[in-house]
Amino acid sequence: MQDRPTIYELLRSVERFLRDDVVPATDGRRQFLARVAANAIGLVERELQGEAEHAAREWAGLDALLGEEPMPGGRDALADAVRVRNDALCARIRAGEYDAASAARTALLAHVRAVVRDKLLVTNRAYLEADGDLG
Amino acid sequence: MKPDQIAARLTPFLERETGGPVSIANVRTMTGGATREAWSLDATVHEGDTPRELGLVLLIFRPGGQRAFSAHDEFRLLAATRAAGAPVPKPMFVGEEALGRPFYMMERLSGETIGRRLVREERFAEARRALPVQLAEALAAIHRVPLDGRDALDFLPRPEPGKPVVASELERLETMYRQITVEPHPAFEIAFRWLAERQPTSTDVALVHGDFRIGNVMVGEEGLRAVLDWELAHAGDPYEDLGWLCVRSWRFGVDHLPMGGIARREELFDAYARASGRPVDPDVVRFWEVYGNLRWGVFTLVQVRSFLEGLSQSVELASIGRRTAETEWELLNLIEGKGF
Repeated sequence: MQDRPTIYELLRSVERFLRDDVVPATDGRRQFLARVAANAIGLVERELQGEAEHAAREWAGLDALLGEEPMPGGRDALADAVRVRNDALCARIRAGEYDAASAARTALLAHVRAVVRDKLLVTNRAYLEADGDLG
Repeated sequence: MKPDQIAARLTPFLERETGGPVSIANVRTMTGGATREAWSLDATVHEGDTPRELGLVLLIFRPGGQRAFSAHDEFRLLAATRAAGAPVPKPMFVGEEALGRPFYMMERLSGETIGRRLVREERFAEARRALPVQLAEALAAIHRVPLDGRDALDFLPRPEPGKPVVASELERLETMYRQITVEPHPAFEIAFRWLAERQPTSTDVALVHGDFRIGNVMVGEEGLRAVLDWELAHAGDPYEDLGWLCVRSWRFGVDHLPMGGIARREELFDAYARASGRPVDPDVVRFWEVYGNLRWGVFTLVQVRSFLEGLSQSVELASIGRRTAETEWELLNLIEGKGF
């Protein structure tokens, strides 16, 4: 185990440095980029916090649509497996399997919406807030 | 290129063009895009003995890069749209040898282009009232530009011969998506299917600006001053421009006003129908709005590619990769009937 500060504490300190020190001390393009960088740090923090839960939800949704498979452990193996399964899902969509209004289409849309919602919880909560989708 | 190099090389060029002595000052870099450098400069030229001050924007086209047409073509395009009555910066000079790269110069206008400010700041309240009609009229003028005949704009990308205009656009976008994406995007696949099933039977082909939105127009406190950023212009369905103007990303957070964060869609439709004489079918524009959100989604993939491939280290480009989800979300809203 590493000593304190934790990953989150470190990230927050970098974010605060960018936002409170660099942004006010710069202007124009550099200030804009400093703000973008601070936002990126905040994003990483939220991603780390939500990662396990979001991955489990996406996997369960893919199980429901494509049939159950054991979820691999380890971040890289999981990312590869999710990509392969999404490729399979995309192939089905392209083949027209979900074109007609049906229980399958409803399930597909609910799954894709849930996955995209999890992405936005990390990258842009304001989008969800504006749509009353923050719960 | 450095400011003093630009001044040194452009002075003899402008002297040839204007037939009199020229001096150049205040050469400054402006924010450029991926395909071009933008500079601001002041030139003093002479008409006979009378000096005249010109405030100019210089656009130098970078080598390589994805680009549909040349500096010379874009110069002609600006001249043609101006002649049709659209508010466009006046194109002034075009050349290549003087700078060793294709370039053109246009008049420099003042005003605000930053969308976030235009949709929110109190000083643009009057502009926001005027813009729906002004933008509709500008679009109507652009869509009137003759594509054929004398001074034909034959360099513009057009629908494939014999293929309907809508099918051509869809196919072009899907090809771009398949070439560029490194990851599967189920929401985009759903959107491509949705669009394929609902293609309007448009046959009308007009000059389409292709990137007509808040952020690409220059606005003063009184309203619209100029339409900028013509590099995505093409011959296509004029309603494409109306849909693009309503894409969620160009609302800059003011989501209850779908037309660029400043007006309801219906205000745009009514004003455009009056200005152009073309009826507006909301379902057709809805098609193009879905298409527009998908197109912006594909463009985010295009932009992040240069970061992923190591061509750029920009934190801005990197962050654009995480904006793709916004377009996926909006597409799901629109497809499920929640965004209209």
